[in-house]
Amino acid sequence: MSAKPSKANDKTFRRPGPMLTLVRSFCRSWSARACLAVMSVIVLAAVFAPWIAPQNPYDLAQISMLDAMLPPGSRSMSGMIYWLGTDGQGRDLLSAIIYGLGISLEVGVLTAIFAGIVGITLGLLAAYRGGWVDAAIMRLVDLQFSFPAILVALMLLAFMGKGIGNVVVALVVVEWATYARTARAAALVERSKEYIEAAICLAIPVHRIVYRHLLPNCLPSLIVIATIQIGRAIALEATLSFLGIGVPVTEPSLGLLISNGSNYMLAGKLWVSFWPGVALLVTVVTINLIGDRLRDVLNPRSL
Amino acid sequence: MAIPEHRDADISSGSAEQFVIELCGVSRSFGGPGALERLGLGRGSPVIHAVRDVSFGLRQGEVLGIVGESGCGKSTLARMVAGILKPTAGEIRWHGKPLSSLRGREGKAARLKAQMVFQNPWSAMNPRLRAAEIVAEAPRIHGLIPRGEQDAYVAHHFLLAGLDPALGDRYPHQLSGGQRQRLVIARALAVVPEMLVCDEAVAALDVSIQAQILNMLMDLREKLDLTSMFISHDLGVIEHLSDRVVVMYLGRVVENAEVAELFERPNHPYTRALLEELPRIDGERRPFAAIEGELPSPLNPPPGCAFHPRCPFAMERCRREAPALLPVASGHLSACHLNDMA
Repeated sequence: MSAKPSKANDKTFRRPGPMLTLVRSFCRSWSARACLAVMSVIVLAAVFAPWIAPQNPYDLAQISMLDAMLPPGSRSMSGMIYWLGTDGQGRDLLSAIIYGLGISLEVGVLTAIFAGIVGITLGLLAAYRGGWVDAAIMRLVDLQFSFPAILVALMLLAFMGKGIGNVVVALVVVEWATYARTARAAALVERSKEYIEAAICLAIPVHRIVYRHLLPNCLPSLIVIATIQIGRAIALEATLSFLGIGVPVTEPSLGLLISNGSNYMLAGKLWVSFWPGVALLVTVVTINLIGDRLRDVLNPRSL
Repeated sequence: MAIPEHRDADISSGSAEQFVIELCGVSRSFGGPGALERLGLGRGSPVIHAVRDVSFGLRQGEVLGIVGESGCGKSTLARMVAGILKPTAGEIRWHGKPLSSLRGREGKAARLKAQMVFQNPWSAMNPRLRAAEIVAEAPRIHGLIPRGEQDAYVAHHFLLAGLDPALGDRYPHQLSGGQRQRLVIARALAVVPEMLVCDEAVAALDVSIQAQILNMLMDLREKLDLTSMFISHDLGVIEHLSDRVVVMYLGRVVENAEVAELFERPNHPYTRALLEELPRIDGERRPFAAIEGELPSPLNPPPGCAFHPRCPFAMERCRREAPALLPVASGHLSACHLNDMA
């Protein structure tokens, strides 16, 4: 290894900084590069949706009922080509998918962040403290797991009402337990190693032992879980929206688009559900593959 | 368990103040009913008495060797001395003050004064930190490094432990076994301890490197005036390094004597059996008499003297009554009923 030293470390270390090393070894596999490229396209498309999408599918002035249910590749009255066809209201599906991706990703990432913070903190605490703290937290996790996720989310949303914020809250309540359990399992393995005893012996403060020594060594499994959970959150959100209690109609996610199209499936007009479904699949698979590659790369012995 | 009066008063010959660290009736048990079990929900794990009623003291600069079979509580004792575990009974005194009474800054300072060198250098370091950071972290947190002098401070302690400071940007897995153990020692030295607790510090290393590390530890002891506690199952190492030796069996001290005294006139039958197994270069062939049987389970220790099921001299009294650790000569303590017969 060599080349340019990173700025932060060039005083003490001659080697490239950890981030640079990480990015380099991540990109050593062609499938990882491909996934990164696809993910970048998805994220950029979602972020810059208003500039990229051919039309704003929720601006009533831009859509026309006369264009409803056109198959992919049709030309509109105004001369615009609907590459993926239109839905029942005459919206351009490509535009709707690009807008919907943003909503789905937003819900998935926000859920992963908040559920991760809550779950990982509680899981690490349970593993580090042990005793009754451990018992209390893990019984709560068991309680959480004993209810079907979709049922809990349904009840919470029925209580709180629609809205992106409420969906995120409901999904965090559903998902924190997975993080807690994984974090605890990984931390218990690390906890028994002598470097934690050494840190105790060196009188290093507890919060530093937990976040600086325990957490980084538990990260590989947590990152894999987090990516799977982003995928799961997106899928759950799609389910909730499909059932009509997720995101509001004014902020349609991929799930709501699939739901809209499902009415036309038996009529042979598959594209209305199919293309949002493909977008959902590609997004979730890409996220999972990236998580897998990250797990390989984050193992310190592979650096 | 009641804290016994200071039994080895004759060894300390007067004030206990001269001990750097002193253990008074220290015990440690594991398991037992947890919070849920005490409420009647489920059964707790069985209680294991890893260390029972151990008392001894270390003077400034002394090297104390601790020997015993695996499972006799050596490592638990080491962790209590290093402040990683708290005793469940008894008291550890640091320069005459009970550790449990020291709070806040004073307690932290006392904790830093006894540092541990671990058995397994492969798991004793955070694999995600570079060598320099491993050494620098604790002293930086505790304000031992003058501002802007971290590199020099780290290099100094690398050199003390015989490491090339250029290895500072390596990760632990990029170092050899010997280098790792030196790094563990450098980390311990970086918080300026008065005492090193070495728990089988060289057992995981190649024999050639073992000697290097042992010699370095002895040099450091003189250079830095360190008090040390050296735990090993290798009697040769113990004889070579120690001033005083404590023999443990099933969590108890069975014999405590100066090293020459112990190796020349072992008193306890267990010690004698251990010493007979020590291979000697002088070539004299002796019948090999291994201690019969296994170390009994600490879950279910035998009544009376814990060694009686394996002791060739066991009497009726040994099955009923646990022997006390009593002086048999000046500075020599042993726990055996045979001494009462003489």
